[in-house]
Amino acid sequence: METRELTCIRCPMGCQIRVELEGGEVKSITGNTCPRGADYAAQEVTNPTRTLTSSVRVRGGDQAAASVKTRTEIPKERMMDIIRAIKEIELTAPVHIGDIVCPDVAGTGVDMIATSNVLTVGDGS
Amino acid sequence: MSDRKLDLVIIGGGPAGLAAAAAASEAGVKDLLVIERDRKLGGILNQCIHNGFGLHTFKEELTGPEYADRYIKKTQALGVPFLTDTMVVDLSWDQETGAKFVTAMNKESGLFVIEAKAVILAMGCRERARGALNIPGYRPAGIYSAGTAQYYVNIEGRMPGKEVVILGSGDIGLIMARRMTLEGAKVKVVAELMPYSGGLKRNIVQCLNDFDIPLKLSHTLVDIKGKKRVEGVTIAQVDENRKPIPGTEEYYSCDTLLLSCGLIPENELSLMLGVEMSPVTGGALVNESLETSIPGVYACGNVLHVHDLVDYVSGEADTAGRNAAAFLQGAQTQNDTNVKKETEIKIRTVDGVRYSVPATVRPEHMSDMLTVRFRVGNEYRDKVLAVYFEDEPLMKLPKRIMAPGEMEQIILQKKKLEELAEKALAAGVSAPQITIRVEEKA
Repeated sequence: METRELTCIRCPMGCQIRVELEGGEVKSITGNTCPRGADYAAQEVTNPTRTLTSSVRVRGGDQAAASVKTRTEIPKERMMDIIRAIKEIELTAPVHIGDIVCPDVAGTGVDMIATSNVLTVGDGS
Repeated sequence: MSDRKLDLVIIGGGPAGLAAAAAASEAGVKDLLVIERDRKLGGILNQCIHNGFGLHTFKEELTGPEYADRYIKKTQALGVPFLTDTMVVDLSWDQETGAKFVTAMNKESGLFVIEAKAVILAMGCRERARGALNIPGYRPAGIYSAGTAQYYVNIEGRMPGKEVVILGSGDIGLIMARRMTLEGAKVKVVAELMPYSGGLKRNIVQCLNDFDIPLKLSHTLVDIKGKKRVEGVTIAQVDENRKPIPGTEEYYSCDTLLLSCGLIPENELSLMLGVEMSPVTGGALVNESLETSIPGVYACGNVLHVHDLVDYVSGEADTAGRNAAAFLQGAQTQNDTNVKKETEIKIRTVDGVRYSVPATVRPEHMSDMLTVRFRVGNEYRDKVLAVYFEDEPLMKLPKRIMAPGEMEQIILQKKKLEELAEKALAAGVSAPQITIRVEEKA
């Protein structure tokens, strides 16, 4: 039997929830005040996901970095793999919101896309 | 006296200014101008590259630059003119004519004056700096406000340091704890003076807990070591009077200290103009139309009161924009002496409620439903949020939790207020009041 403690983020209450797991299956959820807390806890202990945001270098742009995100949520434990993968990327301006910066980033099946516009220097803004 | 005459000038091209401009333009104001001091529109959103913006407005989670881009595109489609790289340096008005004078400067035109019939204040806020925090120690390099560090990392692509301690658990500090960690820094601790965090729960979980960064509540900074560069900081626990407890000091070696200790509405221009201010929010006192004490001058966004969510800023700015348009179209009649004196209901905030926006309500001018936003001064569990008109209870809302970091709101009904105001006047009450307070459960 494995026990996990977590703070619910569904509302400002921040209930301290305790989840008991056996063989990766949720056995019991306690400490939550409402059903949303139970949903959150179950998801968080079995398949935690995050949208990862970061930035990558840009050459020749009106700013040195372009912000990026994973198009959809990715498994939480893959965050650092993705960060390592995008460290190597250098884009060339211009960059537009929605541009695919890295397809299938770190083999997650999810694209990394640009979330800011970086203009070519001299284009004005 | 002026170089240009316009109907409406909006000071600030961040989320508030953009939404106000879009709303005013949609309401028919075409002779307007947005003035932005940065080189780009979008304000602070441009450096807030994390996601979570827009859930209320667009029903999806966007990053800051994406959210800003939606409003930039909207104002561009409406043909709203704007000046970037332009700083407003003075604001005044003529009490006789009601004209406002906006003095601004930029590289192309030098100093110039615009005469406007209406002005929307949308200058946003800035971070509380070290000087305002009374932190002892030397002044070495390596001390940044969290927002400055955010700018370096996200816009300039530079890291301010490798080993970080963060003072204050405001949302920007929490966001930067995660950001610096992802970029390879070691964030050793976040110290918060209060017994609760000023940041959103979601940020505590996803920015600190996800990366095993400790949050020390009821702790403060008592010393900074290092003369040229920060070498380390000493943190101590505080008692209930927020005084450091001797013997609880802990030393952390670090090369960087980030400060995330609150935001202050940036109201130098409002003060020059002579707008009446709230000592609680540091922003203007406004009525239901978000109009300040000066007719035709409106305020919205973080310059009015610091918000948690940009979605609420956009909503508020939309209201300010529409009301400025109505003012310009003569629907508001402040200067018309033929109109009977309007009832102005003051909103009194007591017993745990710190302030409200708006601070006054004229039922004649409010929309059918008026959102009143406010903050409480402490963490309250299992209490009731009570609203009264004079002595008559308007609503009693049971609240499982209320915290200073989460803005609260109530909605007032125009019909109900008109009835009550009329009744109060008939009963000889000349200045009726609405009271918002925190109460014990019955």
